Amino acid sequence: MESCNCIEPQWPADELLMKYQYISDFFIALAYFSIPLELIYFVKKSALFPYRWVLVQFGAFIVLCGATHLINLWTFSTHSRTVEVVITTAKVLTAFVSCVTALMLVHIIPDLLSVKTRELFLKNKAAQLDREMGLIRTQEETGRHVRMLTHEIRSTLDRHTILKTTLIELGRTLALEECALWMPTRTGLELQLSYTLRHQNPVGFTVPIHLPVINQVFSSDRAVKIPPNSPVARLRHIAEKYMPGEVVAVRVPLLHLSNFQIYDWPELSTKRYALMVLMLPSDSARHWRGHELELVQVAVALSHAAILEESMRARDLLMEQNVALDLARREAETAIRARNDFLAVMNHEMRTPMHAIIALSSLLQETELKPEQRLMVETILKSSSLLATLINDVLDLSRLEDGSLELDLVTFNLHAVFKEVVQLIKPIASVKKLSVSISFALDLPEYAIGDEKRLMQTILNIVGNAVKFSKEGSISIAAGIAKSEPLLDARAPDFFPVPSDSHFYLRVQVKDSGLGINPQEIPKLFNKFAQNQSVANRNSDGSGLGLAICKRFVNLMEGHIWIESEGLGKGCTASFIVKLGIAGRSNEPDHRVVPLNRVQANFPGLKVLILDDNGVSRMVTKGLLMHLGCDVTVTSSTDECLRVVSPEYNVVFMDLGMHGTSGYEVAMRINERITKRHERPLIVALTGNTDRATKDNCFRVGMKGVLLKPISLEKMRSVLSELLERGTLRQS
Amino acid sequence: MDVDQMQRRFADYTASLFREGFLDDQFTQLQQLQDESNPDFVVEVVSLFFEDSERLLNDLGKALDQQIVDFKKVDAHVHQLKGSSSSIGAQRVKNACIAFRNFCEMQNTEGCLRCLQQVKQEYFLVKNKLESLFRLEQQILAAGGSNPMME
Repeated sequence: MESCNCIEPQWPADELLMKYQYISDFFIALAYFSIPLELIYFVKKSALFPYRWVLVQFGAFIVLCGATHLINLWTFSTHSRTVEVVITTAKVLTAFVSCVTALMLVHIIPDLLSVKTRELFLKNKAAQLDREMGLIRTQEETGRHVRMLTHEIRSTLDRHTILKTTLIELGRTLALEECALWMPTRTGLELQLSYTLRHQNPVGFTVPIHLPVINQVFSSDRAVKIPPNSPVARLRHIAEKYMPGEVVAVRVPLLHLSNFQIYDWPELSTKRYALMVLMLPSDSARHWRGHELELVQVAVALSHAAILEESMRARDLLMEQNVALDLARREAETAIRARNDFLAVMNHEMRTPMHAIIALSSLLQETELKPEQRLMVETILKSSSLLATLINDVLDLSRLEDGSLELDLVTFNLHAVFKEVVQLIKPIASVKKLSVSISFALDLPEYAIGDEKRLMQTILNIVGNAVKFSKEGSISIAAGIAKSEPLLDARAPDFFPVPSDSHFYLRVQVKDSGLGINPQEIPKLFNKFAQNQSVANRNSDGSGLGLAICKRFVNLMEGHIWIESEGLGKGCTASFIVKLGIAGRSNEPDHRVVPLNRVQANFPGLKVLILDDNGVSRMVTKGLLMHLGCDVTVTSSTDECLRVVSPEYNVVFMDLGMHGTSGYEVAMRINERITKRHERPLIVALTGNTDRATKDNCFRVGMKGVLLKPISLEKMRSVLSELLERGTLRQS
Repeated sequence: MDVDQMQRRFADYTASLFREGFLDDQFTQLQQLQDESNPDFVVEVVSLFFEDSERLLNDLGKALDQQIVDFKKVDAHVHQLKGSSSSIGAQRVKNACIAFRNFCEMQNTEGCLRCLQQVKQEYFLVKNKLESLFRLEQQILAAGGSNPMME
């Protein structure tokens, strides 16, 4: 083999250099081969490297370079032609690929750079998002605070607690140094410090309400920063070396509800505000940030809402209660009406048979009887009288109870009343060997104006009790005029009988020497159905209602009744005072000065008009009036009546229960038609129901009287007499 | 039977009517209104009552027979009947009417029908009794006695 023309290197002289070159080439080749391997490995790992074919190219370039360097290793020693050829091929390829790659890179690098730009952009974006996240987190925290505040504030219900809780929670949430609440004073001219967070007892600092800073806060509905040295913010007299923290004040509207109308909840006239002052800790370099101010406003609004809610709840409760009360009242009214209806029926139904029994028994007494029969009849009479009295008592009491009883005022002989009572009681008293005596004061008038019947009933009851509960001794009745001095009765310390020109006060005292009463029982005496337990009840045949009724009569007569007793066995004194009119004065119009003692038997020529749509009832009334001699015209409808009526008629009897028409209307039309008052016929209503309301309605439309159907002959006689004499059936 | 006996029977019968509650006070009033100028007053009034009541009872029956009962109308009829019966003193009829009106107010058809039966019953009873009474009266008058109704 011919050796090549290359200069044979002087191995020993450049051997070191050669060696280094050799090693470097080797390492270069190694590196060049491993780089693509690494590239491939990592690209395989990564998912989205967009330039794979560039890599391939690059890889090829490097591999070839490596190959070149590797093959260089063989050139250090003699090498054959094949190696030469291989080297040349490799070098050519390498050159080619390198040029291509260089050209490619020109194309690629801008792309890669733009990737870089995008990366930077994304990083910025990420930073911005981070910041926004921070903001959201802050907001969320604020929201959490608000929820906590809400929960705390709304868990209390009392108005003051609500405000204080707001204060406390705000202080806690915002880490305030001090938080104070100033409330307006009653005069409205000053604000008074009513609560602070740190101070335990706020001494009543006051601040006039018309300071400019306060006006500024009150006129804005947001939280306002105020200077820390304003009077409302200077709560602690600390040395001023501290840098006071920022202070914010906000107005708190106060509800000012003066009355609670049901359907008209008043507008919140919030002219009154309280002031809430919030101070950041001094020396903290904190500032009031926007969201903190908002938090304060939210807290104030919450407390306001909580107070409103509480008021609404109160209103709802009141409404409910009102509705319930209304219902109860209506039920009570229904019950009363039902009871009155019942009483009205029972009134008649019970009295009629009683009346029959008593009348017939007394008639029987007049006939020829054997002694045993007489005894029996007397017993029947006595028992039925008692029963009648009992019925009357119960019915009277019920009427007294609901105030529908009215006094029948007449002029009567006062002395005669007492004498009659004594007459009535004498038989029983003499049987028991009790002596009864009366004494009249010298200045007691002989005549008086009052309810004679009921006064007698009262006196009789009291004297009767005295007789009943005495086994021996005497009963004394003293009647006189009551002095205008306070009664010695502790139960009526305000009762001053003050006489006047038209009235005087009658005082009656009944003393007995009987069984007496235990002073402790005295208050119960006037209660219904209560009997004196210490008396042998077997003898008592009363219902226990007597004194209760007396008390009510006495009260109706604007008086007072009381009983005194020293104790059991020491007798007892019953006294009462009632107001009576002085007779002989002309200030009592419309009273029956003298009772009708002459009732006309017949009324010839009296023209009467009847209006009744019930045929039978009409016929009966007509028969009644004809029997009394009247000239009767009947009509059966309102039209007919209005057609027929004229000033010729003296009296019109009108049935109120007519179907479809209102008797009241007819009465009004008649009165309208006949304008001259003295020409009008006297209109009297006939009805099955004579309660207060019906009577009032009748008199209101101008009727002269109300009669209960069915009407008896005697009653009709007296009605006509009275109408003719007085022109009305009404007693005032 | 002589006149005195008949008079006594009349008195007893009348007393029994009062006792049993068929008639009340008001009937006595009617008797008082009968006099020479009006000798048949009681009979006339009672006959009118019979006519009126039978008409009303008929109307009531029809009204309660309807699909939809007009309680206002029923109440009006009962009110009329009550007025008539109380005017002549037919006490039991009147009381039955009062009960009837309660059911009308409650709009209870069942109750109303029952009451109608009750009222009819009472009415026919009292009609019977009164007719017997009038027959007795006629007998007395025919035998030449004085009219027992007029005291």
